[in-house]
Parts: sequence; C-alpha cells; structure tokens
Amino acid sequence: MTDTTLDNHAHQPSGLARWLFSTNHKEIGTLYLIFSLAMFLIGGAMALVIRAELFAPGLHLVNPEFFNQMTTMHALVMIFGAVMPAFVGLANWMVPLMIGAPDMALPRMNNWSFWIMPFAFTLLLATLFMPSGGPASGWTLYPPLSLQGGNSLAFVILAIHLMGISSIMGAINIIATILNMRAPGMTLLRMPMFVWTWLITAFLLIAVMPVLAGAVTMLLTDRFFGTSFFNAAGGGDPVLYQHIFWFFGHPEVYIMILPAFGIVSEIIPTFSRKKLFGYTSMVYATASIAFLSFIVWAHHMFTVGMPLGAALFFMYATMVIAVPTGIKIFNWVSTMWQGSMTFETPMLFALGFVVLFTIGGLSGVMLAIVPADFQYHDTYFVVAHFHYVLVTGAVFAIMASVYYWLPKWTGNMYNETLGKIHFWWSTFWVNVLFFPQHYLGLAGMPRRIPDYAIQFTEFNVISSIGGFAFGIGQLLFVYIVWQCARGGEKATAQVWDGARGLEWTVPSPAPLHTFDTPPDVNEPSLAAHTRGV
Amino acid sequence: MKHLNSLIVGVAVFAVVTAITWGMLSVGDNLRPGVSPFSQDVYQLHNTVLGVVTVIGVLVFTAIFTSVILHSRNKNPVPAKFSHSTKAEIIWTAIPILILVVIAVPATQVLVDMEDTGNADMNIKVTGYQWLWKYDYLEDDISFYSALDRDSNRARQIGSDLKPQDVDNYLLEVNNPLVVPVDTKIRILLTADDVIHSWWVPDLGWKRDAIPGMVNEAWTIIEKEGTYRGQCAELCGKDHGFMPIVVEAVSKQEYNEWVTQQKGITQ
Repeated sequence: MTDTTLDNHAHQPSGLARWLFSTNHKEIGTLYLIFSLAMFLIGGAMALVIRAELFAPGLHLVNPEFFNQMTTMHALVMIFGAVMPAFVGLANWMVPLMIGAPDMALPRMNNWSFWIMPFAFTLLLATLFMPSGGPASGWTLYPPLSLQGGNSLAFVILAIHLMGISSIMGAINIIATILNMRAPGMTLLRMPMFVWTWLITAFLLIAVMPVLAGAVTMLLTDRFFGTSFFNAAGGGDPVLYQHIFWFFGHPEVYIMILPAFGIVSEIIPTFSRKKLFGYTSMVYATASIAFLSFIVWAHHMFTVGMPLGAALFFMYATMVIAVPTGIKIFNWVSTMWQGSMTFETPMLFALGFVVLFTIGGLSGVMLAIVPADFQYHDTYFVVAHFHYVLVTGAVFAIMASVYYWLPKWTGNMYNETLGKIHFWWSTFWVNVLFFPQHYLGLAGMPRRIPDYAIQFTEFNVISSIGGFAFGIGQLLFVYIVWQCARGGEKATAQVWDGARGLEWTVPSPAPLHTFDTPPDVNEPSLAAHTRGV
Repeated sequence: MKHLNSLIVGVAVFAVVTAITWGMLSVGDNLRPGVSPFSQDVYQLHNTVLGVVTVIGVLVFTAIFTSVILHSRNKNPVPAKFSHSTKAEIIWTAIPILILVVIAVPATQVLVDMEDTGNADMNIKVTGYQWLWKYDYLEDDISFYSALDRDSNRARQIGSDLKPQDVDNYLLEVNNPLVVPVDTKIRILLTADDVIHSWWVPDLGWKRDAIPGMVNEAWTIIEKEGTYRGQCAELCGKDHGFMPIVVEAVSKQEYNEWVTQQKGITQ
C-alpha cells in the first residue's frame, strides 16, 4: 500500500460486495431505482388481480379475503415500494450532480437507508404467505378492522417502521447534502427546481413519518398488549386513529408529488429551450403547498361526522391548495409558450403529466366540496382521482425523469421510437383504465368491493381492459431501460441541446466520482448551465 | 417522426373529446338528483362545480395544445426569452381565488342546511354489523336486521350455478328493507357494533360513517315514493361488498299499516 492508494476512490469491490457496501450516491441511486422498478411490477401485478376479478360481476378468481389483501398490498407496495424509493433514487443520483457536490453528505447512512428497504418489503410481502394472510383492511389500516387480522399485523407494522426509518434517514441525508454541500456560488435561489422540491419534500418526510410510526405503534399495542387507544369499549376512539393517520397521510400525498413537480420543472424548460417561467413563484408555491398539507388532513374523513366549523375549515383550506397548484400549472404552460419545442419521450411524458395531473387536480377541487364529498367519498370517483394524480402524476413524472437522465446514467441513448410508443401506449390505456372510474363512482359504486351490481358492468369491463393493456405496456419500459443499459448510440455530455444544469457538464455516463473539486458556479464557462443571480 | 407526433396529438385530442362527449351524452351525469331536498342541493352543487372545473380544464388544455402546435421548433425556431411577468402571476393567483369563493358560497350554504338535524318527526337508529344492518325505529318500537337477500348471496359464490345477471337487483337487495314514510323529516342515528361501516343511499344525497362507540346523526326527507338502494361504503372486512341497504319510501298511510303489521308479528 502506498500513500496514493488512500486517495484512490476508483478502487472498488466487484460483484455483490460492490452493491452491498457501496457508499457511492450513484450506485445507491441505481439500487433504489431498480428496487422501485421491481416493486412497481409486483404492485402492478396485484392491481391486475384486482382488475381481473372486477372484469365481470360475480366472484370468479379470488375470494373476498384475498381481494382485500390485494387492494391493501397494492397500495402499500406502490406508495412505499415504488413511488417513494424512485424519488429517493433520483435524489441520490441527481441532487449531488445538480448542486456540484462530490457525493451525499452522509454516505454510510445512505447505504443503510437503502439496504433497510429489501428487508422491510420481505417482511411485508411475506405476510401474504402466512396462515392469517396479509393485511386486508386497506393501506390506511383503520382500526377496529385492522385489529381483527391475525398476527401478520405485527410484521406489517414492523415493515412500516423500517420504511419510516429508511425514509427519515434518506430525508436527513438529502437536507444535509443540499444545505451543506452546494458548490460555491450556488445560493438557495439558484438551485434547480428539482433540488428545491426535494428539499421541501425531505422536511415533510421528517415531520410526518414519525407520526405514522406513532399511529401504527398504537395499533400494535392495541392488538398485542391490551391497550385501548382506538378501542371504544376501553375508552378509546377509533376516529382518533384516522386523525393521526391522515395528519401523516396528507403530507405523504405531497411527498409523492412535489419531486414530480421538480422533475417536470426541469424537463419542460429543456425541451422548450426557454427558461422556467416564474422560478421564484414556483419555489414559493411549493413551500405553500407543503405548509397547507399540514392543515387539510380531515378532508379524507368528512363522513366520520365532525362539527360544522371543522368541516368548513378543512373545506376552505383544501380549496386554497388549488391556488399554488394552479400557479405551477400556469407557469409550466408559460414556460412552453413561445418556446421552441421538440417532443422527445421525456417531454411527452412531462406534457402528459401536466394535462393528466390537471384532471386529477380538478377532480380534487370537486372532492373538497364537503356536501358533494358526502356522495363522492369512498367511491370509485375517489379511486379515479388519486390514480390520476399518482399514476399519470407521480409515475409519469418518474418515467419522464428516467428517459431524461438515462443517457447521463448509462452513457447511451435509449431507443427513441420505442420510448414514444411506450408513451402513447401508456397514455391511451391509462385513460381507458381510469377515466371510466369517475363515472362508476358517480353512478354509486363503492371502492374496495370485490363484486358489484350489474349496472356497473360496462365501465368495469372497459377499465379492466385498460388496466391490462397499460400493465403489459410497462414491460416495454423495462425492455427499453435494459436495452439502453446494455448499449446503444453514445450520448454526449450535454445529451439534450436545451438542457441546463451542472449534471450536463460531466461526461456521459457520469463517472463514479464527480465534482471532486467543487465547480465555481460564477465561472463564466458555466453560465449556460446555472441560474443567474 | 415530427409529422407522426402532430398526427398522434390530433387523433388523441379528437379521441378524448369524443370519448368524454360520448360519456356525458350516453350515460348522462351519473350522480343522481335523488329524492330529498338535500340530495337535490348536492346534485346542483355537483353540477356547478363540475361545470366550473370543466371550463377551467378546457381553457388550460387549449392553452397547452395551442402552444404545442404553434411553438414547436419547426414553427418557432427561436425561443422567446421572457421568464417572468408579475402582472400575469397576479392575475392567475387572483382569478382562481375568486372562482373558489364563488364555489365556496353555495357549498357552505348546503353544508349548513345539512347539519340541521333538529325537529325530526321520527328517529331511526342504524347499527352496522359484520355484515348486515340493524334498524331500530325509536318511536314505533320496531327493530329488525337487514341482510343481503338469498339469491344474491347464492349467485356471488365462486363457481355458483346462479348467474348474477339472472338475479334481480344483484347485490342491491335485502331480506328486510327499511320502510319509511314520505314527506317526513327522519333523523337517522348511526353507530356500529364491531368495526366502522358507512351507511350510503345515493338517492338521499349523503353517506355517514357508523362507528363503534359513537353515535353520528344525519337527516332526510324523502319526497317521492319508491325503492332506493345503496351499499356499505367503508371497508368493513371480507363481506364489505355484500351488505346492501334498501329503503322503501311509502305513503304515510301505508307506513302506518306496515307498523301495525310489524307489531302483529313481533307480539
């Protein structure tokens, strides 16, 4: 060993050890993204079980117990396994590259944050094979129903604790990185929007994941240690759980959408060849949405019966969210306006996001109206609403970001024709899948039912066809990513001619170690890649 | 590829417009006006808000697609340089606030009306069980359980020889319906015995959770005789999908006859 090897970061173990022990933000980012893709496929398979059973009235494939396990697990896997880890993976890869940092601030904790996840999901998914089956009370785990299940509840709660620990550590890491490791000259208001949205998201995570941990711990003690937090017979209150859960749950919704806002705010300017319109108002809008997310939780539970004053407060506060969200949408449209647009796959997904997320946002305004919500609540109208914001919102943004940064990650261009086919296929079928669910809900079909009255048949058939076509289409996505990782047309460092940001100043593929010496953001040569002061 | 994109965008816009128009025309507005003053208020409110958000949606989408068509690199090779406009931002903050206020006013009125459960002519206690309902007529001292009817229950089993299509009102029929008089202000008190359920008849305009250890209240006045069907709307276990609600609204006279008959049975 010579002195030089001590500084030689390029040395790394190979094979399994490389991934197990990695403290490199790019490798950990890749791990997160692969994990997320695997969970997306597992959660998607569960969704197809649901759609297959709902293809015709009558019970055909699964019994109601298993159906309820599928709706519960589909949500838990998609939320905690697919969407959240995908965003953490993107943050791992891109935040250091975007702010000119050599790595995350806390690389060993970063490794731990990731490696908790496979164990958490092994615990969670294993419950499906236990005698009492997996959780079947919906992902919200409302007591007293959730307390009726078997001992597998303990595994689910432990898994949620592990995911929470992972998320909190990830969030601390992201905040520490952004606040301490920005390149000289990169003031907060010169940061890319993706970095801003993640900074705010990370604070939300730290604020609410412990609340979820508290709620499920009370479930655990109610179930196994004889407490009565939520047991009316013992002086507890089942509605208390819902208040605590949704105090976590609503910010959680924004945890899953704010980074998507950030991604779209990167992609639309690139392909419009124009600066992001209203950067400062975007930052403030994001912060206001985050603030409001803490004072609207009870809109998830208007039907539990609450005082008039409370219902009015939560209705007004919820409606107010439409204002900053509207600002964001108007800013994206203004960014496109008089731009010089091209429509590569990332841009197509970003535009698909803006249009379809808007549909989800507008049905959200409808759901805020308390008297009308007494009709919409717990119907397929709600199912349609949150799938528009989560699938065509969060998932479309993740797809957009993968196409956008894949050349930077792999050094190869993906197959543009296949990418476009993937976009149009997904966009068409996702609407066939979810739009009819609005009609189903208005017509009176409750959610979380394994079987339905005859008059709901047509729209369920349409929705199921859409579901299978959309689901199969995602295998194309897997193929495109795999193909791109293996080879293809070499990507330049710039990749997209309109792209701005420090990540485009490093070669493609990005070497394992970047920005060993921090770039000076005020350097004239970097002017094209950074926001002006 | 460029032509392909504009072609696809065109076809997609056309398809979406056709599909939504078809949905609206053929199925109509699927939320029911219902049969109580409150349900009709909710229906009006729903229509108003749906109208407002549809107009907003159409305007936003028009702007997006106009930009997509006019501001592509082919048509507009040199991008504009602007990236800020305080005036525009004030406008699109202020206008949505005004729209929201316009929506909030009727929403508040309807909600305030809804909370008025006083002066009821009769009280019915609804108790949710896994997986059936119990109805207690507090004044008339009648009490019975109401569960999924036998045919639906047979047809819903996996591998059943009875097809759902052959059952009248499949999954929306019960053995003992809730019989109530029309034009009577009925206060409904809701609770549950085991887990949380939610009592929902769309034609009455609301659903309300039935929670163990708590008593919720809501009211209705049914203005039209008829049979109104609904379902449990809060996941309550394996047979959540199989605990329907049937309300039979009859004239006051018929109701009195029914009460006498019920008492005859119970005595």
